[in-house]
Amino acid sequence: MSVFTWIILGLLVGSLGTYLLFSDRGRNPDHGALIGGIAGAVGSLVLLIPLWIYVYVQGKQPVYELPKDRPPLSGKHLTRMALYAFLILMMLVYLLPVYTVVVTSLKTPKEAGKLAKVWDLPTEINWKSYETALDELGPQLKNSFILTISATIISAVMGSMNGYVLAKWKFPGANIIFPLMLFGMFIPYQSILIPLFQFVQDIDLGGTIYGLIIAHVVYGLPITTLIFRNYYAEVPTEMLEAGAIDGAGFFGIYRWIVFPLSLPGFVVVIIWQFTQIWNEFLFAVTLTDQSSQPITVALALLAGGEAVNWNLPMAGAVLAALPTLVVYIVLGRYFIRGLLAGSVKG
Amino acid sequence: MQVSANRAGNPGRKLLRFTRRINPDRVYAILMILPSVILLAIFVYGFIGQTLWWSLTDWAGLEKNAEKNYIKLDNYKTLFSDITGMRFRQELVNTFFFTLFFVGGCLILGFILAVVLDQNVKGEGLFRTVFLFPMALSFAVTGTIWRWLLNPGGGINALPKMLGADAWNYRWINNRSPYTFNWHEVPLTTTLLIIAVLLFFIFRQIWRRKYLATIYLGVPMALLFLWMWSDWVSWDDTQAMHGTFNWQDVPRYVVAVIVIGFVLYMVSLLWHGKRRAALILGIPTAVVLLWYAAGGTDNFPNVEFPEAYGFNIALVGVIIAAVWQMSGYTMAMYLAGIRGVPEELREAARVDGCSEWQVYMRIVLPMLRPITLSAAIVLGHISLKIFDLIFAMAGIDHWPVSVPGVQVYYTMFRSNKFAVGSAIAIVLLIMVASVVIPYLITSLRAEHEL
Repeated sequence: MSVFTWIILGLLVGSLGTYLLFSDRGRNPDHGALIGGIAGAVGSLVLLIPLWIYVYVQGKQPVYELPKDRPPLSGKHLTRMALYAFLILMMLVYLLPVYTVVVTSLKTPKEAGKLAKVWDLPTEINWKSYETALDELGPQLKNSFILTISATIISAVMGSMNGYVLAKWKFPGANIIFPLMLFGMFIPYQSILIPLFQFVQDIDLGGTIYGLIIAHVVYGLPITTLIFRNYYAEVPTEMLEAGAIDGAGFFGIYRWIVFPLSLPGFVVVIIWQFTQIWNEFLFAVTLTDQSSQPITVALALLAGGEAVNWNLPMAGAVLAALPTLVVYIVLGRYFIRGLLAGSVKG
Repeated sequence: MQVSANRAGNPGRKLLRFTRRINPDRVYAILMILPSVILLAIFVYGFIGQTLWWSLTDWAGLEKNAEKNYIKLDNYKTLFSDITGMRFRQELVNTFFFTLFFVGGCLILGFILAVVLDQNVKGEGLFRTVFLFPMALSFAVTGTIWRWLLNPGGGINALPKMLGADAWNYRWINNRSPYTFNWHEVPLTTTLLIIAVLLFFIFRQIWRRKYLATIYLGVPMALLFLWMWSDWVSWDDTQAMHGTFNWQDVPRYVVAVIVIGFVLYMVSLLWHGKRRAALILGIPTAVVLLWYAAGGTDNFPNVEFPEAYGFNIALVGVIIAAVWQMSGYTMAMYLAGIRGVPEELREAARVDGCSEWQVYMRIVLPMLRPITLSAAIVLGHISLKIFDLIFAMAGIDHWPVSVPGVQVYYTMFRSNKFAVGSAIAIVLLIMVASVVIPYLITSLRAEHEL
């Protein structure tokens, strides 16, 4: 079986599990959770293992290469000690918020409310915060997954096509169209918000997840096009010409030469789009209503309320952060590559 | 960020040769890219045009097909000169300071971290992961976390208690006062010390016979001295606080910055013997000066009464959260850049007697200039349009930390003033575009010249 069959199989099984997890919770929670969880786990494994191996094999070359002949720097013992002390101190500072979030999320509401004891460990571990948070944010978590996965795949496929055309096919006006497309990723989205809002209302998708998907696909196009264009620009044109001599046309060259080469490009783009769309906020807060909003919005509203039990938003923050964090830790190398090759959407 | 394609080897600039003649494949190529082009044309440029048109009308209220009357630039006039635009002006000032400290903080911290990590550190991968992981979070999550950490009753304020000291009592984002100061309160010795250090830098440049650098450094410093001095002399206890500025003076400041910048650039042109270029630059400078002398700035609508604005202390908390999240990005950019500097170059500098510190400051840092520029642009455009972080940290109605990006949302979806909201959005777009467009043009042009 090829990698693609694996991926499709894994996606099917995995989504079945997710579906069961959410559809059956109401009637028979334990039953639904068990079946859904097992199916989801199997599906994810089927999907992830080949992808993981592939990504591991392909991505061996590190982003940051340390020259081998670099002399040991400033060999003085004291300087080295100070260096490590500084690094460890900075690491603690960066991890401080993580500590508080995890600790607070595991406290009981009463204990979390004791402001002066924020830094103490919980006296008893209270997993209930996560249960409650999952109950309250579960539907939104599902929305986030639907939104992110569909918008990522569509914008990646379209971006790949655009990149292929822009990098390898000459057509009149390409030099003008490309920067004009690129500008679309820098505009403050506030400046198109009302027309977009109205447009989504006009096509009767106001307050649904689909309007949000459309917005993310369209405004994701510039960045995916940019990454793929730069990626394909490094594919030697001679290779494509050889394909053309063998009789392949526009689609044939893409199918048999460009696409097989572009899987690492797809990994970079998919990771990038996944994190960006998952984390996006402005569109999400304007285009959806309570039943269709993604988790970032639900979280901000949960934390923004007046009387808050702080263990709940903290558990919610963990839930909202976990998917992107896992992607980052597992595939960090590609994340960084996307960062360096592409750009940051704000 | 890298807009242009990779330049190494660059086989990609060569396009498919057989596409020159007309054939179905070229048609397919155009057909495949057409949907994206049309979508972006409508969703970006069409929608911007619509927003622009609405910003010139008096559209207020919910109903979609409400009557919209063309009222010229009245919405903009309101924002910049009417009493109701006060929140917007406060937000412009906030954005200015936020961008300044956020971009500066990220660049400096990122560079320091990158340099330290470049020292052949054990466990480099772990440190890198830790410094970069906040990038993977959303601003909404960051905002929620830091809202909790900056809670006046607990969070960071309770940290000293762990060490047995008293808890702090700092009010972070709940603070409502601007940053003010009085040079008289700063002990005389400290003030004199600051002046002495500044003078030392100038004299060091003169000593090194770098007269151009002296001028570049000296002019802003001289202005700083003058400002400190006048502030010192004119202090009046009964008067308003110092450290803020009057909105009525803003046109004057803008003109001053433009003229000083132009003049400094002219000096450097003359220095390098480019007389004609300096002369050409001198014309707009003179025009601006003449226009100002003729009272040109009076034609702008301005506020009726003095309005004092300054750096809001509440912003400190937001800046800390934002730097925590984004400094890993600059670190990653710088680290990749530092690793790209050829080792022979550093070795040559070392042979010439540079210390390790000098190698970084004299060799590596200048080579990183393109990276610094693109990181500054990316961070700058993020900070100009920031919305989610403020929303999650302080809500949309907390003036001291509000920014235009937030107020657009507030005006549109809470007060239903669609026209005014559009006007703010257009101002925002102009600010971002004036940063991004020159960058896009120069980097794409550099690619075509290869």
